[in-house]
Amino acid sequence: MSTGFDESSTLAAVHSQLGEINKYDFRTDSPAVFKARRGLDASIVSQISEMKGEPAWMRDFRLKSLEIFESKPMPHWGGHVGIDFQDIFYYLKPAEQQGKTWEEVPDAIKKTFDRLGIPEAERKFLSGVKAQFESEVVYGSLQEDLAKKGVLFTDTDTAVREHPDLLREYFGKIIPPTDNKFAALNSAVWSGGSFIYVPKGVKIEFPLQAYFRINAESMGQFERTLIIVDEGAQVHYVEGCTAPMYSTESLHSAVVEIVVKRGGRCRYTTIQNWANNIYNLVTKRAMAYGDSMMEWIDGNLGSHLTMKYPAVYMMEPGARGEILSIAFASAGQHQDAGAKLVHAAPHTSGRIVSKSISKNGGRASYRGLVRVEPGAKKSKSSVVCDALILDDRSRSDTYPYIEIEEQDVSIGHEASVSKIGEEQLFYLMSRGLSEAEASTMIVGGFIEPLVKELPMEYAVEMNRLIELQMEGSVG
Amino acid sequence: MTHAAKETLVVSNLHVSVDGQEILKGVNLEIGRGEIHALMGPNGSGKSTLGYAIMGHPSYEVTSGTIELVDADGTRHDILAMEPDQRARAGVFLAFQRPMSIPGVRLADFLRHAVTNVRNPDRKEGHELMPMRDFRTELKSKMGELSMDTEFARRYVNDGFSGGEMKRAEILQLAMLRPKFAVLDETDSGLDADAVRLASESIARIGGAEMGILIITHHEQLLEHNIPLKTHVMLGGKIVESGGPELAQELHKRGYERIRAAYPEAAAAEKAMEESARAVSV
Ligand SMILES: Nc1ncnc2c1ncn2[C@@H]1O[C@H](COP(=O)(O)OP(=O)(O)OP(=O)(O)O)[C@@H](O)[C@H]1O
Ligand SMILES: [Mg+2]
Repeated sequence: MSTGFDESSTLAAVHSQLGEINKYDFRTDSPAVFKARRGLDASIVSQISEMKGEPAWMRDFRLKSLEIFESKPMPHWGGHVGIDFQDIFYYLKPAEQQGKTWEEVPDAIKKTFDRLGIPEAERKFLSGVKAQFESEVVYGSLQEDLAKKGVLFTDTDTAVREHPDLLREYFGKIIPPTDNKFAALNSAVWSGGSFIYVPKGVKIEFPLQAYFRINAESMGQFERTLIIVDEGAQVHYVEGCTAPMYSTESLHSAVVEIVVKRGGRCRYTTIQNWANNIYNLVTKRAMAYGDSMMEWIDGNLGSHLTMKYPAVYMMEPGARGEILSIAFASAGQHQDAGAKLVHAAPHTSGRIVSKSISKNGGRASYRGLVRVEPGAKKSKSSVVCDALILDDRSRSDTYPYIEIEEQDVSIGHEASVSKIGEEQLFYLMSRGLSEAEASTMIVGGFIEPLVKELPMEYAVEMNRLIELQMEGSVG
Repeated sequence: MTHAAKETLVVSNLHVSVDGQEILKGVNLEIGRGEIHALMGPNGSGKSTLGYAIMGHPSYEVTSGTIELVDADGTRHDILAMEPDQRARAGVFLAFQRPMSIPGVRLADFLRHAVTNVRNPDRKEGHELMPMRDFRTELKSKMGELSMDTEFARRYVNDGFSGGEMKRAEILQLAMLRPKFAVLDETDSGLDADAVRLASESIARIGGAEMGILIITHHEQLLEHNIPLKTHVMLGGKIVESGGPELAQELHKRGYERIRAAYPEAAAAEKAMEESARAVSV
């Protein structure tokens, strides 16, 4: 890894090095003095801001957001959010999060790490045993090269301190706190997340991910990510990782804001595999300007309830938006996932492809919106959502909303719901595949069109995850 | 009962129903390894049903009778107690009249699983697959013998295949899995003249002296290189007559009138089946 920009610097190589190097390299913080208490009020929000040493504008933004949060009703759509907002720690200093030991991590999670072959160092990070992930050694050269090109890549807390101009221009502008109750909550108590700025014309050839940041804070409950892709620039960001994310806190509510300026390209890939107790309520939105391209690739597994509808607002002619979404709902899980496309200018085009799988009583819903603003002539959108239901106890729903305020447009919508066919199973079994193998293969085939869009390593992990999810599902 | 000196697939007095409707009404058949049998009969007489019952399709309920694999030493294995995948691992194969498409699953991936399981009958899920390199080499050579482009293995199983491509893919699976007993259900339909000849030669080569094959067909060409030891005629859910290769030729030339006249009971059953099928579709 001399420059980190050549073809050979695949993520897989990086991962394996990470495993080696980080054995020795965890940073040990001295324990923090601050002890947060449960609950949410103005004094806690101020305290969070103060602890982070934030400027007044951010503190005021947080306090304002808290008021909005308190005034907003719970969303009436999606799933039931059974959360007592006063019974949650809204901010834990890294040192406190680190209090947990490896022994406390549930066996099921450890087993899954084994099956996925996640390196030791990452396991501890992912399960919250280690809060900080010293990546300087591994990614030093990448960081250097990015810096040379003028790319900014830090955690968002650092960005507030070091890049106030950019932050004040964009932070909370794409998704204002007034957008929805959970966006307001995140705006009040956010911590961590990534900040990326890609300057004009700079194309980053390999996928960026949080690991590359120096001193990344642990995947927080209320992450806040902001990505600015300047004119003609290009970036692919990969969020999180496919390992099961285990956390003792049950509410996770992230906000991701993206701006793609004229001629820019941004692809944002997420595969999340939450533990079964998690409420994962995420707001993701991108503003795409002239002739730019924004793609969301969003995979959701696990969690108790996920509500997530990545959006692309196409603001100027020639903007394109594409959202590929995969949801897998198993026992006790409700995936309310989907997408939003807003055509706010003429000659914009969008595409939504959603695939959901439900089994063992799980529930997968597609909830999507295509909106064409008045004057957005010659806009094109297509929506395809396919659901696969593995047994009679499981459920799939489709809630497609279409709002068209312009005549001269072309909008297509196709939806299908299917069960694993007895005939297909029989065909595969007649060739020696067990029923479980055959079902897994059919499910794998069902999501194949989306999985092949993933970077290689993630595609492999995604398939392994599906295999894990399918285990013991039949028989 | 014969005491075969070679492994045999034995179907005795088999009755099969679909949705409570009896289709097979007492079928008897014995095929030894290395033997080729032809099964003919008018449309709807129950030929495919026999194939499905042998392979274990869940919609085809065996109400009485047996299907067994009998080893050379006389040991009997009850096929009916096995799931379809266990039957495959025991050496039974069905080339489908209408193969299912499995979108998103590449033919090569599917075949690698199939071959691994069939060759290691005790393999558990998640255990290692046949080494990629060995598999590829073998697949490539088999595809070559069938004049198939290796790129074809990257396509999704039967998804958008032409009729001929589907049948060729079934023969490829036969070649890779090398079962002890194979039912080929109209593997010649949908093939052009050259392809039928190629299929006929390939099946003869793949089958060799090791495989017992039941060829279900409405044509003669497949039997050119696969001269049947016996030809069976099914009518109204029963095998009513068996003979040599000349019987196949006769049926092909003259149709089933003589048969219907000779076996009025089966002909009546055929009529009844047709009527009930019509009743269902109305
Ligand atoms: N799954 C099914 N559901 C309903 N009826 C069925 C089913 N399978 C077979 N049958 C009926 O059983 C009878 C025999 O069908 P089968 O497919 O075995 O005939 P076949 O001899 O293979 O005919 P062909 O030469 O046309 O292929 C027909 O009347 C058919 O309609
Ligand atoms: Mg048939």
